[in-house]
Amino acid sequence: MNSKMLLYIGKRIVLAIFTIWVVITVTFFVMHAVPGGPFVGEKATTPAVQAAMEAKYGLDKPLMVQYGTYLKDIVTKFDFGPSLKQRGRMVIDIISDGMRTSMKLGLLAAISSAIVGIVLGAIAALRRNKLIDRIVMVLTTAFVSMPSFIMGSLLLVLFAIKLQLLPANGSTSAGLVLPIVTLALYPMAYITRLTRSSMLDVLGQDYIRTARAKGVSGPRIIFGHALKNSLIPVLTYFGPMLAYIVTGSLVVEQIFAVPGIGRAFVSSITNRDYPMIMGTTIILAALIVIMNLVTDILYKVVDPRITLE
Amino acid sequence: MKKNIFSGHVDLDMFLPASDKEKEYMVQMRPSSTFFRDGVKRLYKNKVAFVSFLIILVIALSSILIPAFWPYSYETQLGVQPGKPVDASYNNLAPFEYGRTEQAKIDAGERVFPHIFGTDAAGRDYFIRVIYGTRVSLAVGLFASIIVLIIGMLIGSVSGYFGGKVDMVIMRFVDIIYSLPDMLMVILLSAVLKLTLKPLIAGTALESIGSNMISLFIVFALLYWVGMARLIRGQILSLREQEYVLSAQATGAKGRWIITKHLIPNCISVVIISSALQIPSAIFTESYLSFLGLGVNAPMPSLGSLASEALNGLTSYPYRLVIPAIVISLIVLSLNLFGDGLRDAFDPKLNQ
Repeated sequence: MNSKMLLYIGKRIVLAIFTIWVVITVTFFVMHAVPGGPFVGEKATTPAVQAAMEAKYGLDKPLMVQYGTYLKDIVTKFDFGPSLKQRGRMVIDIISDGMRTSMKLGLLAAISSAIVGIVLGAIAALRRNKLIDRIVMVLTTAFVSMPSFIMGSLLLVLFAIKLQLLPANGSTSAGLVLPIVTLALYPMAYITRLTRSSMLDVLGQDYIRTARAKGVSGPRIIFGHALKNSLIPVLTYFGPMLAYIVTGSLVVEQIFAVPGIGRAFVSSITNRDYPMIMGTTIILAALIVIMNLVTDILYKVVDPRITLE
Repeated sequence: MKKNIFSGHVDLDMFLPASDKEKEYMVQMRPSSTFFRDGVKRLYKNKVAFVSFLIILVIALSSILIPAFWPYSYETQLGVQPGKPVDASYNNLAPFEYGRTEQAKIDAGERVFPHIFGTDAAGRDYFIRVIYGTRVSLAVGLFASIIVLIIGMLIGSVSGYFGGKVDMVIMRFVDIIYSLPDMLMVILLSAVLKLTLKPLIAGTALESIGSNMISLFIVFALLYWVGMARLIRGQILSLREQEYVLSAQATGAKGRWIITKHLIPNCISVVIISSALQIPSAIFTESYLSFLGLGVNAPMPSLGSLASEALNGLTSYPYRLVIPAIVISLIVLSLNLFGDGLRDAFDPKLNQ
């Protein structure tokens, strides 16, 4: 940890905070640019009732005042306002309810994809151009080129409907297996390919040959030298992977009816629950930005060879 | 001329002009190969890329040509005839089944064009919907990547060439857009634009394209140019230090001339490759948005919307999901492999 590193970390943190602010601002003004406002189209509302409702949610104030209040509430109280469609509930409560399930889903998907991906990638690299390498490469290529909602639906048809092995409903823990697999397949395939190519790169390095020449045992070379060094590029993928899992969970939760934050977000889009859309977008975006920040810093800390800008 | 072998005199015979025969010896028989021709040759040798190219070609051509002669159209509900009650026997036909009136015609000895993939829940021929959906998806991918290309090229080349403060400002801007979570912003913007655009385009020519597709293009234009701009800026930064740029500047060439005549042609191969790789990602994004109900407007089909519609009858008609799924995967896979092949063939820096 030298001063240059600290400066870099400081700069990245400032950029991350700034990005989150941009997200909040963009989300706020974009949502308020929708013509008509949230209460238009509701059944049986007179102008007087509409005005009363707008006054209740503070929508009659000037836009900049609303923006100021919104920003202040988020920063000071972590409050995203009340939900418009689920009366009497705060957005942050709905989100934290959904987060519990989604976190479990996302974390399990991330961990399993990392473990399986690294193991498969290493095996493919060590058995280069053998049958197992070919199979792994063909499968991962197929997984990478299929949208997650299609993958999810196909798995649903195959395992839940045709074979009846697993439940199709994701609200139980056994029902979480299929959503986790769906969510994990793409990052797993990506990590496999990443590990394989970086492992091949490392295996060709001089220090591996030196280790071999010294008579270091095979497993020690693989685990002590090759795997450790080839995981550095894999580390950079963790930020994008989280972003993928977050957005992927929107559709996967929809398909398998998982009661998570993704499904809440999608239904808030369809029934125009504005504070809910804004709150979810901001929280998920902040999550992704923070994970990217952590990944970037971790990357620089782990590999001292990387030059700082 | 007589010459002493030990003298240091130059042998004058060696300085005679070359005869025609000697000149002919120096002529190169092979026509000189250009960079482009070399690349095509390398691409042709790459079997995977070549096969992928053929697959894309077949899919693209059939999506353009088949609707011209196919007897059914993507929006006609076959059971609905003006002045008659709706004939429900046309809905949800299995492949190669016929509706009631069609069956009567066949029994009378007439020939009826088969529904190769059956019909959907509203009685529309599913084969032509898949073909049309492929056309829509490919068009979305192509246009989106052209938009990204134009904006990215414009901003990237200006930023890279002028450098200094202009570059600083543009690049900070790019950094911020780059760190925004793109998918969430795409969903947010499409959800809002869908509502905002509808009254705006009502009655104009744009209405036939549909508000959703226009909002998709706007979203791409707003968010996805940053990657391209970064790439082009990097290329131009290294290219503008080359001697030929200095010589152009010395002869009085202006910035715009140097950018369009020297810098852009020299980074064009990198640009084409990354645009080719942009198309599958646009198709992915469109199918994702279709699934969330933010894709193309009904009744226009896209591969994504076909797949998400198929989810409703998944237990009875799984093939309606499998068909568009296969087509999407085939397109995305072959475009990716072809893009990789292009990169291997045309990016000499990677050949080391």
